[in-house]
Amino acid sequence: MFKKILIANRGEIACRVIKTARKMGIKTVAVYSDADRNALHVKMADEAVHIGPPPAAQSYIVIDKIMDAIRQTGAEAVHPGYGFLSERRDFAAALEKEGVVFIGPPSPAIEAMGDKITSKKLAKEAGVSTVPGYMGLIADAEEAVKISGEIGYPVMIKASAGGGGKGMRIAWNESEVAEGFQSSKNEAASSFGDDRIFIEKFVTQPRHIEIQVLADKHGNCVYLHERECSIQRRNQKVIEEAPSPFLDEATRKAMGEQACALARAVGYTSAGTVEFIVDGNRNFYFLEMNTRLQVEHPVTELITGVDLVEQMIRVAAGEKLPFAQKDLKITGWAMESRLYAEDPYRNFLPSIGRLTRYRPPVEGPTDRGGIVRNDTGVFEGGEISMFYDPMIAKLCTWGKDRAHAIEEMRLALDTFEVEGIGHNLPFVGAVMDHPRFVSGNITTAFIAEEYPDGFQGATLDEATLRRVAAAAAAMNRVAEIRRTRISGTMDNHTRRVGDDWVVSLDGQAFPVTIKADHDGSSVQFDDGSVLRVESDWTPGQPLARVTVGGTPMAIKVGKIPMGFRMRLRGADLKVLVQSPRQKDLSALMLEKAPPDTSKYLLCPMPGLVVKISVEAGQEVQEGQALATVEAMKMENILKAERKGVVKAIKATAGASLKVDDVIMEFE
Amino acid sequence: MKDILAELESRRETARAGGGERRVAAQHAKGKLTARERIDLLLDEGSFEEFDMFVAHRCTDFGMEKDRPAGDGVVTGWGTINGRMVYVFSQDFTVFGGSLSETHAQKICKIMDMAMQNGAPVIGLNDSGGARIQEGVASLAGYAEVFQRNIMASGVVPQISVIMGPCAGGAVYSPAMTDFIFMVKDSSYMFVTGPDVVKTVTNEVVTAEELGGASTHTRKSSVADGAFENDVEALAEIRRLFDFLPLNNREKAPVRPFFDDPARVEASLDTLIPDNPNQPYDMKELILKIADEGDFYEIQKDYAGNIITGFVRIEGQTVGVVANQPMVLAGCLDIDSSRKAARFVRFCDAFEIPILTLVDVPGFLPGTSQEYGGVIKHGAKLLFAYGEATVPKVTVITRKAYGGAYDVMASKHLRGDFNYAWPTAEIAVMGAKGATEILYRSELGDKDKIAARTADYEDRFANPFVAAEKGFIDEVIRPQSTRRRVARAFASLRGKRLENPWKKHDNIPL
Repeated sequence: MFKKILIANRGEIACRVIKTARKMGIKTVAVYSDADRNALHVKMADEAVHIGPPPAAQSYIVIDKIMDAIRQTGAEAVHPGYGFLSERRDFAAALEKEGVVFIGPPSPAIEAMGDKITSKKLAKEAGVSTVPGYMGLIADAEEAVKISGEIGYPVMIKASAGGGGKGMRIAWNESEVAEGFQSSKNEAASSFGDDRIFIEKFVTQPRHIEIQVLADKHGNCVYLHERECSIQRRNQKVIEEAPSPFLDEATRKAMGEQACALARAVGYTSAGTVEFIVDGNRNFYFLEMNTRLQVEHPVTELITGVDLVEQMIRVAAGEKLPFAQKDLKITGWAMESRLYAEDPYRNFLPSIGRLTRYRPPVEGPTDRGGIVRNDTGVFEGGEISMFYDPMIAKLCTWGKDRAHAIEEMRLALDTFEVEGIGHNLPFVGAVMDHPRFVSGNITTAFIAEEYPDGFQGATLDEATLRRVAAAAAAMNRVAEIRRTRISGTMDNHTRRVGDDWVVSLDGQAFPVTIKADHDGSSVQFDDGSVLRVESDWTPGQPLARVTVGGTPMAIKVGKIPMGFRMRLRGADLKVLVQSPRQKDLSALMLEKAPPDTSKYLLCPMPGLVVKISVEAGQEVQEGQALATVEAMKMENILKAERKGVVKAIKATAGASLKVDDVIMEFE
Repeated sequence: MKDILAELESRRETARAGGGERRVAAQHAKGKLTARERIDLLLDEGSFEEFDMFVAHRCTDFGMEKDRPAGDGVVTGWGTINGRMVYVFSQDFTVFGGSLSETHAQKICKIMDMAMQNGAPVIGLNDSGGARIQEGVASLAGYAEVFQRNIMASGVVPQISVIMGPCAGGAVYSPAMTDFIFMVKDSSYMFVTGPDVVKTVTNEVVTAEELGGASTHTRKSSVADGAFENDVEALAEIRRLFDFLPLNNREKAPVRPFFDDPARVEASLDTLIPDNPNQPYDMKELILKIADEGDFYEIQKDYAGNIITGFVRIEGQTVGVVANQPMVLAGCLDIDSSRKAARFVRFCDAFEIPILTLVDVPGFLPGTSQEYGGVIKHGAKLLFAYGEATVPKVTVITRKAYGGAYDVMASKHLRGDFNYAWPTAEIAVMGAKGATEILYRSELGDKDKIAARTADYEDRFANPFVAAEKGFIDEVIRPQSTRRRVARAFASLRGKRLENPWKKHDNIPL
């Protein structure tokens, strides 16, 4: 076994690999860019080597720099994680040349599968069913339009070297192909250093289900069942689970065996993933093979008990797989929520900045018999930079069945505290309560169909609203009583906190009467119903654990005038707790309209202006591209919301903008 | 007897009705509460004791003798906020537009005199069309009587003004002399001369809102210390502010039970200062992480953002915070920020509120507009305020403390009790680049030499240890333990006694 390995990656996956290496008694070497000087993976590793400036193209994906780090530290093997160099044949080859072991598949397999066009041909030859598409390389936008017409719309434009949704676009008509082709090409160039693009038929109503395979160097190959990754937003996976709620035993077996057949056909070793599109009749089509560890591998680990990173290391060291196909059973159900630094209320635009608060839920077994696991590469006080993937953490839960895993996830999400940046916690929280998700009737279009106008926060049901109202009333009482205990009060004329309050939230008002005793309080509603509230919350605590009417809840609490901001289950509520007099007089206050910003194009995220597409005085049509802003390596085209005339351009290409900075003004 | 009681009740009812249903409805239609409704929300339920409910004006000109409503357009009295005594006047716009008559002024003066005598703050809820023109000079005299009391009460009891409607002409000078002015957005305005006069005299066309609305006074003029969405929110938040303030200048700042460990460690503060010395960070995060329960009541939030002022509690006791904000103008001191902070420091000192100063200041803002504007005298205000303050003063230098600005920001030399520095602190005459360019002017042509000199200077001075060697820094502390260190520092200063030499008053450079 190796004595020392280098992890050619950063963030959560570097931390994840270090954990297993440490468990196996292997020393670890981290690499880091200027932006990651204080990163968690650097702190966790035994050694760390600086490899250059923040952009990945000048650090994490520069093979020479990694090779230098290997020589400098004497690492015997390299784990590439995912992304960066993980699927670069020339990297594996460079390692081979120096006699350093690549903890991954052999370079010919990477080459064969890494190119989506070649891999499709190979899959076809291995007897795997594939989606119709154009396998050749496409020279320009014109050719892309022509080919798309032949395949038939909608089509998918993909970066040949791509992954994780980068350099990928769906186009429904000619102009979208032309536009998408160019931005895919640009993104592919900046993300992978390879701007080749191909086009294929976009299968509607599909599910994304993938098979985890694991092969050793002794001819053994097994599949560790499937993961369903249908909950995606713009081809970026958001929620994954294992097993799939859709597959039957026969389909699972067929998919698994085909995946292994393909792996064998290309001489594959180590862990790999064969991705399929599955339609409503359980027909499955080969999509691509990822010759690396997948982001969502933890769900497979949770249902099989196999440490995939450990097996990758053992396979790389020449060991045989310690299990056969028949040993690999599915136990329980696992869910993964990817926590992204993306603001769901601003159409999921990237958000960067400092994590002023980061408190993940406690990992390990829960009171309810489940398991919580959180793979992360960040820490409180750390920085989410614009240079890398916006993923903050992968929160996983395991339960005895799907419903149990979902319930564990709901509570884990509610106790997960992240402040300082915009993030998608409320969104995944809302999905966990969405009836269609809960039913398991999902497709890759789930988010687009269920949230067509973006996400405005979840709406809680009446029973939950009442519980929140009761909790707020009880919490407010604690805060108000404390206020009366201030020094300097008039003896015998102190304030007595009243029992009657009106709780207003989500457009409803609940008049309540609250009676407190030693163990908690009873909140009576005007219909006579009573909810018992028990909590150890004290004013100022940002996370309140409350039991209301026997239901345990975790609520994120912030102070606002006359009440609280309360966040739970994907809802972000302004909860006012007022005296009846305050409530009555509040009715006299005027509703104020928010300021009119329609005359401006505001920068929706912090980022760099790549291009201003129009000029002052120009008339623009609804939907016309106005400007391109790059953030988190993604190019975002800002389009006109309505027809109008540009009055003045306020930002220039190359300018670095903050949220809500004015880019241009309309007449 | 029964008739007399009935008579009392009927008179009371009439007084409470103010200007009558129609005018009350008009007030409500504007989203404004009546004088009495406002008092209801400001004070503890049932605690209000009214004075002078039956006072009526004595004017006999212009037929005024026929209309003598009880109360004369202002409701006055005392009550409690969370059990602590406060005097209140609330102008009633439904009676003669809340205009100030001789008797109206007398009612206000009465409660101000009592507040001074009994040591309790005064809160004025302003909603008045101005002087009662029918009374002529008697009304002006009334204003002056109020002004004189504002002046005498200044520094004796806290005075808070809430502008909840118009406040124009001479009327503005009473709030102007109180400690804090708060406004209600969209329904209040303050100006010395209104839009009509402005138009006549200068031909400028301007709306009342533009001329003297909440946005103008919180952002441009700094006349107001804050603004609220509506009457209900304003009164709730004034209650919250009141809990931070002492009752008078003979008492210590109030203390209340707290639910936050004074030794709470905030590991994230160890990474608050960015690696790049020119990159800003949000000083508010530090304030919130030092404060009990993250509770911060900011004063002048929208003005001179390069300095932050406001109240927090540490171990339950009020502490005034003054902090440079690197996010705005790199945290430079300038005319506006010096004035803003100086006034805040003097308020704290007047009312025995300890001061916590958080320093990251690269110096004074250079430029003609600053010099022409008199930054010398304005900057001196802050220096003066810190130097004369005798309350406990604890300072934490997080990063830059350069030049004269270092001296100003509650340094050890200005009788600072504790001067702590983070290891990232740089206490020096100026930044390394500027210093080497002066020290090695002759080598300026040689880039490499200058770079080496700069690096040398950084090594020598870009740290807190030179100052610590001299005793100007009492201790270099770990950022993560700042709350504990600051809490213990203030705890040790609870018995602090320091007096300035006797003088009639000082001569702060106004």
